[in-house]
Amino acid sequence: MSKPSLVVGVDVGGTFTDVFVIDEKSGTVTTAKVPSTPGDQSIGFVQGVSNRVDDFADLKTVIHGTTVGTNALLERKGARTGIITTRGFRDVLEMRRRDRPTTWGLKGSFVPVVERPLRLEVDERVLADGTVALAVNVDQVQQCASALLEQGCEAVCVFFINGYANDHNEKIAVEAVRSVWPDSHVTAATEILPEIREFERLSTATLNATLQPVVSSYLDRLESSLQQRGFNGDVLIVQSNGGVMSLDSARRLPVRTALSGPAAGVIAAKAIAGAAGFGNIITCDMGGTSFDVSLIAGGEAALCAQTSIDFGMVVRTPMIEITTIGAGGGSIAWIDNSGMLQVGPASAGSDPGPVCYGLGNDQPTVTDANLVLGRINPQRPIGGKLATLDVMAARVAIDAVIGVPLGLDTESAAEAVLTLANARMAGAIRLVSIEQGHDPADFLAMPFGGGGALHTGALIRETGLKGALVPRFPGVTSALGCVVADMRHDRVQTVNRMLADTDTHALGQRMLAAAHECEALLKASDVEFSALVTRFELDMLYLGQTHSVAVPIEVPQTQLAITDVQAAFDTAYAAAYGRLLDNIPCRIMNFRVAVTGVRPTLDMAVFAPPAEQQASDASEIRRIYAGGEHYDANVYQRLDLPVDTLIEGPALLEQADATIYVDPGLQARVDAHGNLLIASDVESL
Amino acid sequence: MKPDAVTLSVLNGRLEQIADEMDATLFRSAFNPIIAEAHDASHGLYDATTGETLVQGKSGLPIFVGVMAFAVKAVIDKAASQGGVSPGDVWIFNDPYDGGTHLSDFRLVKPVFRDEKVFCYLASVGHWHDVGGNVPGNYNPAATECFQEGMLIPPVKLFDKGEYRQDIVDILSANSRLPLSLYGDLNAQINALELGEQRLCALLNDYGDEMVAATFIELKARAAKMMRANISQLPNGSVSAEDYLDNDGIVDEPLTIALDLTVDGDRLTLDFSRSSKACAGPVNISRSTTVAACYVALKHVFGEVPANAGVLEPVDFIIEDASLLSVVAPKPVGGYTETILRLIDVVFQAMAQISPADAMAPAYGTINALSLSGHRQSGQRWVMFSFFGGGHGAHASGDGLNHGNAPISTATIPPLEILEAAYPVCFTQWALRPDSGGAGQFRGGLGAVYEIKLLEEQARGFLFGERGKFAPPGVVGGQPAACNQFSWRHNDEQMQPLLISKVVGIELVKNGSVLLETPGGGGYGDPASRDNASIAEDIRLEYITTEHAASAYGYTASGGLS
Repeated sequence: MSKPSLVVGVDVGGTFTDVFVIDEKSGTVTTAKVPSTPGDQSIGFVQGVSNRVDDFADLKTVIHGTTVGTNALLERKGARTGIITTRGFRDVLEMRRRDRPTTWGLKGSFVPVVERPLRLEVDERVLADGTVALAVNVDQVQQCASALLEQGCEAVCVFFINGYANDHNEKIAVEAVRSVWPDSHVTAATEILPEIREFERLSTATLNATLQPVVSSYLDRLESSLQQRGFNGDVLIVQSNGGVMSLDSARRLPVRTALSGPAAGVIAAKAIAGAAGFGNIITCDMGGTSFDVSLIAGGEAALCAQTSIDFGMVVRTPMIEITTIGAGGGSIAWIDNSGMLQVGPASAGSDPGPVCYGLGNDQPTVTDANLVLGRINPQRPIGGKLATLDVMAARVAIDAVIGVPLGLDTESAAEAVLTLANARMAGAIRLVSIEQGHDPADFLAMPFGGGGALHTGALIRETGLKGALVPRFPGVTSALGCVVADMRHDRVQTVNRMLADTDTHALGQRMLAAAHECEALLKASDVEFSALVTRFELDMLYLGQTHSVAVPIEVPQTQLAITDVQAAFDTAYAAAYGRLLDNIPCRIMNFRVAVTGVRPTLDMAVFAPPAEQQASDASEIRRIYAGGEHYDANVYQRLDLPVDTLIEGPALLEQADATIYVDPGLQARVDAHGNLLIASDVESL
Repeated sequence: MKPDAVTLSVLNGRLEQIADEMDATLFRSAFNPIIAEAHDASHGLYDATTGETLVQGKSGLPIFVGVMAFAVKAVIDKAASQGGVSPGDVWIFNDPYDGGTHLSDFRLVKPVFRDEKVFCYLASVGHWHDVGGNVPGNYNPAATECFQEGMLIPPVKLFDKGEYRQDIVDILSANSRLPLSLYGDLNAQINALELGEQRLCALLNDYGDEMVAATFIELKARAAKMMRANISQLPNGSVSAEDYLDNDGIVDEPLTIALDLTVDGDRLTLDFSRSSKACAGPVNISRSTTVAACYVALKHVFGEVPANAGVLEPVDFIIEDASLLSVVAPKPVGGYTETILRLIDVVFQAMAQISPADAMAPAYGTINALSLSGHRQSGQRWVMFSFFGGGHGAHASGDGLNHGNAPISTATIPPLEILEAAYPVCFTQWALRPDSGGAGQFRGGLGAVYEIKLLEEQARGFLFGERGKFAPPGVVGGQPAACNQFSWRHNDEQMQPLLISKVVGIELVKNGSVLLETPGGGGYGDPASRDNASIAEDIRLEYITTEHAASAYGYTASGGLS
């Protein structure tokens, strides 16, 4: 038997399971798209892979972007979980940070993941300075664990106040629980997040606990069905931070998969753009109900510290920063009672979907507007679920709901809907770029998803982006991202000391030790790396502030000097806010360490159109409407176009999983890797 | 020039984004947690001549949405008396009688010039940590004049034609117990204004000044139209609601907030004439604050009406001059939050009579401003100042939210670990308070129990609260919530304040503690119509005790009525 040479990326989304296969020996690439199997995602997963791979013994590595964790949280299908906590604090999870779901209207509600009777208290107390004021009562802890087991809990989280400052009591309690708990589903809050802020730490740890049984059993099923088919390689799971982790890590830290799928898409964008020579990218993922953007600057994806899966469901762990607004293909256009046009946030989703699907919705959507204006081919709907789209029904809905009230004809009304949808998407782009101090003129948009590339021209115009880069297979980007993702482990630890009072040498040594732990985890995974890259950051702030800035810093093996830390803080603070505040001392809140095991890069030339490919003419001419005028637009089969093909807008490029619209006045060119570059002057890119 | 429907929607979004970004910049870079964590701040764009709100950020403190227009007008008037504003000016003030709330809220107002004319104003308001006065943190329940509440700064120039006036900053700093915090917040507000101007000018260059100006006019007209459409859907007629403040912090006598609300076609009249006269203590509010509070209440009732002056166009106010709700200098106003919460409560109670199917019961109704302060052994002063949460009211579609923030704010509570790390205190309870939600077909949300122990040798405590005697009422037959309770432990004795919910300068010693038990929200509908399963579930979750189930609902463990 030859050495296994196939590396497979599998992204399981709500509707489709995308598979991306690369043969490292031959350099060939294949993709597959099969329906997801929501009951047990591992079924669709194995089907998708077997669509392209005959013998699973040929598989070397399988890398997986999963929504099992996210869906379990959103659908409230986590395991029955208990909490053991400090006396007086069982309600921390339910009291949140005293917020409410909506600013206006006081009709919100909140159901905590762990109900009150399953949150038990024990005698113990650690003070903020780390002093153990009251030693933990181990008997009580074990009684609590037994009581939770009797109550049918499958997982438990141990969380003590100020555990970030000293985890002595918590550690003893966790050992006591582990000694009686029948399996490994015991989460220690400070093992997940040794960071100050009790609600955020507890929420993250509790979600981890409640996911452990769910994600573990899914991964067990997946692993055994792969093995039944002869698979003998590694399975890696994509984390929210864009790096992958081993199966064992994923079973222990399932909360780190909360944004696994979307993160994989961003990683793919980074790799594709990097290979094409672009380090600055704004990804634009347009789905049925939402539009997700994220920023890659200088080849690095922007990370954020926390997110909320739902109201009061906070996950605090480093993750790729993805900004979501409610503007997707299914977003509904309507007129509010002041007579103003609105798009979203309500969405027709994919069922019943846009009016043109003919499945019962009569409220016009963004997709209906695209169809009416000729941007979508009614004979070739994406996704393969429907045979044709009903243009007349879309026209009638747009007339009735938008055109008549605003006094616009059908085309103008449809264009108004798109203009507003585009303006909302542009707002999201400004949020991640201009508002973070970046100039959009330095960035290219990278649309993915089936409909994203219909809007790129408008986004270029609205926000002043330099242009757009459309990957060769926009519909399977996340699966590709799985394949190219690096392995990564993060550590955070609260310090909470004034810089002047900090032994920076000792701090540097602690940071290096944390880095070594991460490296050890990477080495234990048996995955090949071309390099290990370590990044250090301090969360710092002026005395009296409560929000910190992230301060990247080099930590030398020898001596981390106080002056180096101060200089790094000044640089980071000035970049964030402009004014430095002289004479105010600063504080170190946390240190962060991220170690990345760089996996061998994928040569994007595998995507290049075959060298022998002949120039291809337009397959048809379609009447479209844009900017108040009708045009005849050439329609091309995108995958038939050879390298360096130059196309002048207006034009439409079709492929099985996406449609690309090149606006009048814009040009598109096929690059050496099969990507499509779009700009007003593509030669200038 | 008139913007078309699409340009209007697009510009509306762009303008809101500018105000939102100013909010975000201040929250991230402010020094004191009341701004950084509790978001007690706001930003917006205001009319060049009238000061009316054109656009306001969505994430700032809701109450400021209504009140900032008066603040900008105060600057416009003051500047007019000095020959007008110049490019590069930034004005600063906190005068609560002239478009203000209370002395803690410092406003910065900056004209944006285009072609040598004021195009509009940008303003930033934020709650500073300490502005002098008798009580650290400035919630002085015993104040009888504003001079005991803090420094009062009329509109003056912080920047004069672009020149930073250090002398003004020196005066401000010298009058605060926490000058570093003040300096940090002031700089953060300047950052926000500079950013706002930069973003606005970029937008004006894109779309043209004329188009944006025309958009302001159109947005206001549409907000008025939307509000009129909302009012038209209500039945014509008049209803009345009264609610009460425990006392003014000086004399233990209740104060009345009375509302006679009339719907007439597409107009609404809010008549507060039957309310109390101005009082000696600090729960008076200025007329502008009264109007702003009503705006907040109406926005809770009507949802997505925009944040601009047009919303109040179809609303008439009748407020007696120099009364509790229209006070003049130098009557104290430091506890304005309590009075505006009561205003919102009476609007909710009146609306519940007009439109019971959409009603919300009042929330916990007090800000509970608690400060503990003292000196560390090093001699360094510390001031822990925070607001505490309670339950939201039940509503026609369900039980109220447990432990929410006040309707006038979107403030989050600081993490107790942050408080313990910053101050010599140790929380011993941070819990939901059983039986505190008002009974009803739908139950009010639960309030909370906070207990805080002192770790230093001694400290003083101050509380500005309400709802100690008059509980948050229910609506549509729902029952009231539990009252606010405060006590403290001193030498093994649990002490209670004379004025129930207001405390000045109590002495705490090491290991002594304060105990704050906050109200829940009012109930909705007759408790007899609550289904047994929900009552049993409340007992199982220990949201209510079996005693409460029996007394409030007539429910017994066997499932039947007692």
